[in-house]
Amino acid sequence: MSSPNGNTPYVSRLHTFVAIVEDKPGVLNRVASLIRRRGFNIHSLTVGPTDQEGVSRMTIVVRTDETMARHVEANLYKLVNVLRVEDITDTASVERDLALIKVRANADDRAKVLQVCEVFRARPIDIAQDALILEITGTEEKIDGLLEVLRPFGIVEMSRTGRVAMTRGSAEPTFNPEFVSAELPEEALA
Amino acid sequence: MLRKGAQIVWEVLSREGVDVVFGYPGGAILPTYDAMLDYPIHHVLTRHEQGAAHMADGYARASGRVGVAIATSGPGATNLTTGIATAMMDSSPIVCITGQVNGAAIGSDAFQETDVTGVSLPITKHNYLVTRAEDVAPALREAFYIARSGRPGPVLVDITKDAQNATAEFEWREEEVKLPGYRPDLRANRETFDDAARLIQGAQRPVILAGHGVIMSGATDLLIEFMEKLEIPAAMTLLGLGGIPASHPLNLGMMGMHGEAWVNQAIQEADLLLAFGMRFDDRVTGNLKTYASRARKVHVDIDPGEINKNVKVDVGIVGDLQETLDTIMPLVDPTNHKAWIERIDVLKGDSAVRDIQTLPDSGHLYAAHVIHDLWRLTEGEALVVTDVGQHQMWEAQYYHHEKPRTLITSGGLGTMGFGLPAAVGAKFGAPDQDVWAIVGDGGFQMTASELSTCAQEGIKVNIAIINNGFLGMVRQWQEFFYERRYAATPLHNPDFVKLAEAHGLQGSRVETRGEVEQAVRWAESTEGTVVVEFRVEQEDSVYPMVPAGADLDAMIRRPPANPIVETATSP
Repeated sequence: MSSPNGNTPYVSRLHTFVAIVEDKPGVLNRVASLIRRRGFNIHSLTVGPTDQEGVSRMTIVVRTDETMARHVEANLYKLVNVLRVEDITDTASVERDLALIKVRANADDRAKVLQVCEVFRARPIDIAQDALILEITGTEEKIDGLLEVLRPFGIVEMSRTGRVAMTRGSAEPTFNPEFVSAELPEEALA
Repeated sequence: MLRKGAQIVWEVLSREGVDVVFGYPGGAILPTYDAMLDYPIHHVLTRHEQGAAHMADGYARASGRVGVAIATSGPGATNLTTGIATAMMDSSPIVCITGQVNGAAIGSDAFQETDVTGVSLPITKHNYLVTRAEDVAPALREAFYIARSGRPGPVLVDITKDAQNATAEFEWREEEVKLPGYRPDLRANRETFDDAARLIQGAQRPVILAGHGVIMSGATDLLIEFMEKLEIPAAMTLLGLGGIPASHPLNLGMMGMHGEAWVNQAIQEADLLLAFGMRFDDRVTGNLKTYASRARKVHVDIDPGEINKNVKVDVGIVGDLQETLDTIMPLVDPTNHKAWIERIDVLKGDSAVRDIQTLPDSGHLYAAHVIHDLWRLTEGEALVVTDVGQHQMWEAQYYHHEKPRTLITSGGLGTMGFGLPAAVGAKFGAPDQDVWAIVGDGGFQMTASELSTCAQEGIKVNIAIINNGFLGMVRQWQEFFYERRYAATPLHNPDFVKLAEAHGLQGSRVETRGEVEQAVRWAESTEGTVVVEFRVEQEDSVYPMVPAGADLDAMIRRPPANPIVETATSP
């Protein structure tokens, strides 16, 4: 998808959106369908419950430029089941990915793999005759780094959650959409 | 009170003020049809579910109320989809109610089972799958609320057969529906209005781009006041026609692919565009890279997703147009733009001699003649519903609309087959108005079976078939861009007069310009739906034309050797 007027420089990077959604059947489908329909590729998408009953939280990562990121945000905002959406890419935030990695390791290699684990602060959570399952939590870059080092041993399989994210500090997220200069009536925010 | 889910459907519909629904029965919706007989809502039996969706759409656009279409599961529901997508693209408020197989059978590939909420997801504003009788009322109420509020659009409610049959407590509460994630009440903040006012005050060559939002917001009077106070001319999108009276001196006419040359030229020369309730569709902008490149842009739209979507704007105002104009009006002082208006008059003078007026009548019947005469004879007061294609563009060029909701046409989706059923719906939505369906010979045949509906309902719709024996607009593109290789565009048509007669309706045929007036008068004075077939020049084209993706001021003009004549400038 090209930018409006076609002349904005297309600087593409990963944008992280946090969407707070109603926990209703089909909501994940609505979000995924919307992003696909508007021509974007989902880099990762995670969903899980929040501390509030009936409310789920999605972290959606999409590779796109600035203008189109606003477009994704606006269209997510329009979904009836989406309570709130924020692009936190440029907000101070913590981002984590979790991976389970099954790596080949016989008795000879095991110590070497465990050494690598220590450096990356990964944890072995299962040990079999010729393989280990490691658990690692961190940024995507860190996990990619560990994978790189483990590859020579032989990776049997891997499962990653995709990015989850949260802004730092105690500020409560706004219900007003940041992508346009508009606000909700005060009674709606109460 | 205890009611069956099927009864609750009608309880809610009656309370939402629905007086007519358009539909087609079938297995999974039978309980709802059975319950219908006990409620005072008129049901129009269509001949195809696509017709039902277009009728609901036509009804909504003519009346400003929510239109309702009903169909059964599976094929009934999938047949609605073209009409739903049409309503989605043109922001038309309709509610579609479909039957679904029993809850326990969902996912089993049961007879006539289709994942209708899945199929309709990308073409509805929102949709519901209802599997319990107690959810019928909340889903339907929310559907009506979502369909008509904010940027209107289609909402589908899919109800399982067992939910229609089961019983639930029904109680009506007057207060509006509350949906925490749905924000039609979003409004631009104060600084945004100040920014807009500053740009408006400082502009030398401003142009208003008036879209469908003018009509849906009911902003006509306020917009005229705004235009006159600031002396700003306005161009209209196809769906904006009627939003400002065609005869208003500051109304420039239609913009875009088949807009007048001076309108597009004025947009390209403007230093400020005020886009009011329009969405910079590719058919109105042409090449985005060169579109109005000298102009600052202010965009008012109720949908925050439209701001900066196609065209990057300087000020984006989210909100209802009427409220927005109300807020801006006191922030701006009167201005005049004499030099700019004079410049546009020069452009106008240059364009007006391009193809019409001074040239002799060649004796042929041209579609432009027909529509011009139709406008003259109906004194510009008919409610016109068009199909899609050349006749649609000629209608937009030669029928000058003075009032909102007097032109109903499929703009965004360009749905052939829309015309006749939408006209039927429009007649129900505005029963006191004379409804003319102007259709092409191609599109008419896509939904011509609805003639039968007209006959059964005994309603009066005047159908003008602009018959050129071709899928005209496609033929035109083949002429311009494919070396006149007419692949699959010539039509072998039935006898349209006999077709009308076969439905128990009357028809007539017009082949020369001299017969047009008599035929129009005959149509107006004949009882019931009539078909008038106008046999027009076969290979005429719509001019001017901006080829798709070309610069807005790079228009193809009518070759002087192929003139048409306009004989009057007012009805």
